Amino acid sequence: MENILSQYQSVPDTKVAIWFKVGQIADFPENSGACIKYKTKQIAVFNFTRTGKWYASQNLCPHKMEMVLSLGMIGDKEGVPKVACPLHKKNFSLENGSNLSGDDLKIAVYPVKIENENVYIGFED
Amino acid sequence: MRKIIVVGNGMVGYKFCEKFINQDESKKFEITVFGEEPRPAYDRVHLSEFFENQDAKALEMAPAEWYKDNGINLIVDERVSEIDRNNKTITTAKDRGFSYDYLVLATGSSAFVPPIKGVEKEGVFVYRTIEDLEGMLAYASKIKTINPNAKAAVLGGGLLGLEAGKAVMDMGLEPHIIEFASKLMPRQLDSRSSQVLQLKLESIGLNIHLSKATNQILGNGVITGMEFGEDDILDVDMLVISAGIRPRDELGKTSGLEMGVRGGIVVDNKMKTSDDSIFAIGEVALYNQMIYGLVAPGYDMAGIAVDQILGEENLMADQIDMSTKLKLIGVDVASFGEPFMPASKGHSVIFENKTQHLYKRINVSLDGKKLLGGILIGDASDYNMLHQVFLNEMAIPEDAAQLILPASDGGSSFGSVLDLPDTAQVCSCESLTKGTICGSITEEGCNNLSEVIAQTKATTGCGGCKPMVVDLVNETLKSLGKEVKETVCEHFNYNRQELYDLVKINKVPNYNEALNLFGNGQGCEICKPVFASIFATITMETANRQPGIQDTNDRFLANIQRNGTYSVVPRVPGGEITPQQLIVLGEVAKKYDLYTKITGGQRIDLFGAQVHELPLIWKDLIDAGFESGHAYGKSLRTVKSCVGSTWCRYGMHESVTFAIEIEKRYRGLRSPHKFKGGVSGCIRECAEARGKDFGLIAVEGGWNLYVCGNGGATPKHAVLFAEQLDDKTVVKYLDRFLMYYIRTAGPLIRTAPWLDKLEGGIDYLRQVIIEDSIGIAEDLENEMKGLINKYECEWKQAIESPEIMKRFKHFVNSDDTDDTIEFVPMRDQKMPKAW
Repeated sequence: MENILSQYQSVPDTKVAIWFKVGQIADFPENSGACIKYKTKQIAVFNFTRTGKWYASQNLCPHKMEMVLSLGMIGDKEGVPKVACPLHKKNFSLENGSNLSGDDLKIAVYPVKIENENVYIGFED
Repeated sequence: MRKIIVVGNGMVGYKFCEKFINQDESKKFEITVFGEEPRPAYDRVHLSEFFENQDAKALEMAPAEWYKDNGINLIVDERVSEIDRNNKTITTAKDRGFSYDYLVLATGSSAFVPPIKGVEKEGVFVYRTIEDLEGMLAYASKIKTINPNAKAAVLGGGLLGLEAGKAVMDMGLEPHIIEFASKLMPRQLDSRSSQVLQLKLESIGLNIHLSKATNQILGNGVITGMEFGEDDILDVDMLVISAGIRPRDELGKTSGLEMGVRGGIVVDNKMKTSDDSIFAIGEVALYNQMIYGLVAPGYDMAGIAVDQILGEENLMADQIDMSTKLKLIGVDVASFGEPFMPASKGHSVIFENKTQHLYKRINVSLDGKKLLGGILIGDASDYNMLHQVFLNEMAIPEDAAQLILPASDGGSSFGSVLDLPDTAQVCSCESLTKGTICGSITEEGCNNLSEVIAQTKATTGCGGCKPMVVDLVNETLKSLGKEVKETVCEHFNYNRQELYDLVKINKVPNYNEALNLFGNGQGCEICKPVFASIFATITMETANRQPGIQDTNDRFLANIQRNGTYSVVPRVPGGEITPQQLIVLGEVAKKYDLYTKITGGQRIDLFGAQVHELPLIWKDLIDAGFESGHAYGKSLRTVKSCVGSTWCRYGMHESVTFAIEIEKRYRGLRSPHKFKGGVSGCIRECAEARGKDFGLIAVEGGWNLYVCGNGGATPKHAVLFAEQLDDKTVVKYLDRFLMYYIRTAGPLIRTAPWLDKLEGGIDYLRQVIIEDSIGIAEDLENEMKGLINKYECEWKQAIESPEIMKRFKHFVNSDDTDDTIEFVPMRDQKMPKAW
């Protein structure tokens, strides 16, 4: 189990080596999440249509190790964009992956870039 | 700088630190705390919650950083092994030495293990620390793989033993409680209340063995059973010992402090031991020849020790209140003051109802003017008020029975909480009086419950005072003319009913627009489903129109389960199903390899479907004439029925026919929470209609209608609403009742708590629904008819729309499916593989 979790590490903008194209804007539901596959990774992509912002994180919920975060409801907590895990409603910041419900669990977040209606996620390798 | 060493980092040791650093004078001291366990102090009172979430952090009193931020030197995983009183130093098990000016012993207690032959065997545990629980969990899952019907015994039928019984039951083991005495909780309960508790616990699956002295524990290295008498053997696979506590007083003994005959370090009312520089607090301290195993007296002792070290005069009270209220395995149990009382001191008023597992006893002084104590089993909702009446020696009604008998008007026999004297202690863990709590609003400017809690720490100990604190805060705010506002979440400053009206009056088209008009920010997982429910109950829109605001279940029109797969429940109105339909369900389950189980609502649940399979499954089901069962929605689930007069020789009316009619009438109707119905053909009540949000029971001359019941975590019987109704009137009342509930209830409030909060209660509800006292009955009916006419099956809608179908795919950029989902075989079917 550990190795499934350990392959997800946050990627800062400065460390992006590969911008991987995951689809077009229209492929992603508005104000919701969806999941994409990159090599062995499952990445949740969130389309905040209201603010025009995009976020990406691991799809794996670190609490019960299920591939579900892309199915969670999105929104904000005091201005911080977040996703609520659909299983137990733990809230994670999409800015830095920290747990807004107050415990230690964290998720990895990835940069997203939009160019010519195409959606790209940044990876280190 | 003077040095304080605290030995022990349990709840009381932590409380000492917290109270100490809150004093200005504390800056003159340096505090070092030693804890023997690997983690900082945690809430042992709520240990059994660890089984539910296995989240040790959630139980923490404060994180490790808290100690650091407050200048406290916390050393965990290191036991203090020796005190040198002459040189005022201590030595730890790691052979490190530290000096002190004051030493505070808060070493607590350990589980008492009786000297029974075989206690050393594998599979025998004590119930005390998180490590104990982790050991039990690991062992339980091991023995379950060998024997799925494994049994676990708990030795001891006291408070902790029963908690441990719940813990082993939650682990999926068959629980057995073994008690030496002839009754459960012998210290707190009289024989009659103990019997009521026993009946209740047995009804939920605990096996209870009383008057059993254990001779030996059987098994060859590993426990296989327990022997009581010669031929009296119980086969068990695991044993949890919970036979009481023993103070951890070794340090007192070895350093020559004055000790009690049966252990415990003797303290005076300053919490001082026989050595002026050493204090003892909590379960290690012997005060008034007693060890106090409750958290509230321990906290009081911590406070006294703090005051004494800082040179204040406060002393420990002579009489210590041992009143306690707790929820044991979902059963309220409370005792206060003198629970048992000799007839020479007063009279007892006893109310017992074994059919409902209720017992209430109060003890009243001989002159009938004062409450001396009592016991409550099954329903302790009056505990806080009774406890206050007892503590403050308040006057009681001439007929003391009114204090415990249900008031005929459904109201409370007590006045307002504001009638309590300011000195009334409301939160005993934090020693907070009514005056302090109300003062935080009137003097300190707190504006709501969370601010009051942040300011005073009320309710943060055992939490038992929460209902009373909530009432105090609300009543005080009201008395100041401040509005008590329950808002949905941070994004909308309105409650659900106000939002419902705003959407309806302004004809708001969608959630986005509602957020623009009345809200702020980006919304969240709380307000979005509230709006989804509001839109659905105004226009009957299905979950397909605004998928982004639906809860995950509604978005995928299925119930997400443990491993991220979904379960599928087609509607089976009234539980009536043809052989052909059963065959179809079986074929579909076989085709997609689904685990099948009969639900409590007389339907069939198919588990283990992956998201891309859902439309395929539903295509097959819809072709065979099924429709969505809305098992995933906050909406009508089922109307359960018994077979009724069509087959049953006792049946009075056709309960199945009527159940089908009603289920079809309200199918797909979204509401603040899920709701269920039941129709029974006679008073034998086989459909359990009184455990539903609405229930019908056939009687001579028509149907009796019951409303606002539910099963689940807080079961409640539905209340008789109207009698001997014909079919048409039943439907009329139900239309009005459900619509009124949908309009006015808060989010995720089921009908029973909604009725509890409805001012005027059931009588008011009857006036509105039957007598049309506020003139909305026709509106309610028309609105309901409008919704019913617009019903459509949202799964049919989904599979016919290519746009909606795009949702049922695991990856946006690949047709692969989720390869992390794994199943393992179980009893000829499958289940999710555990991580």
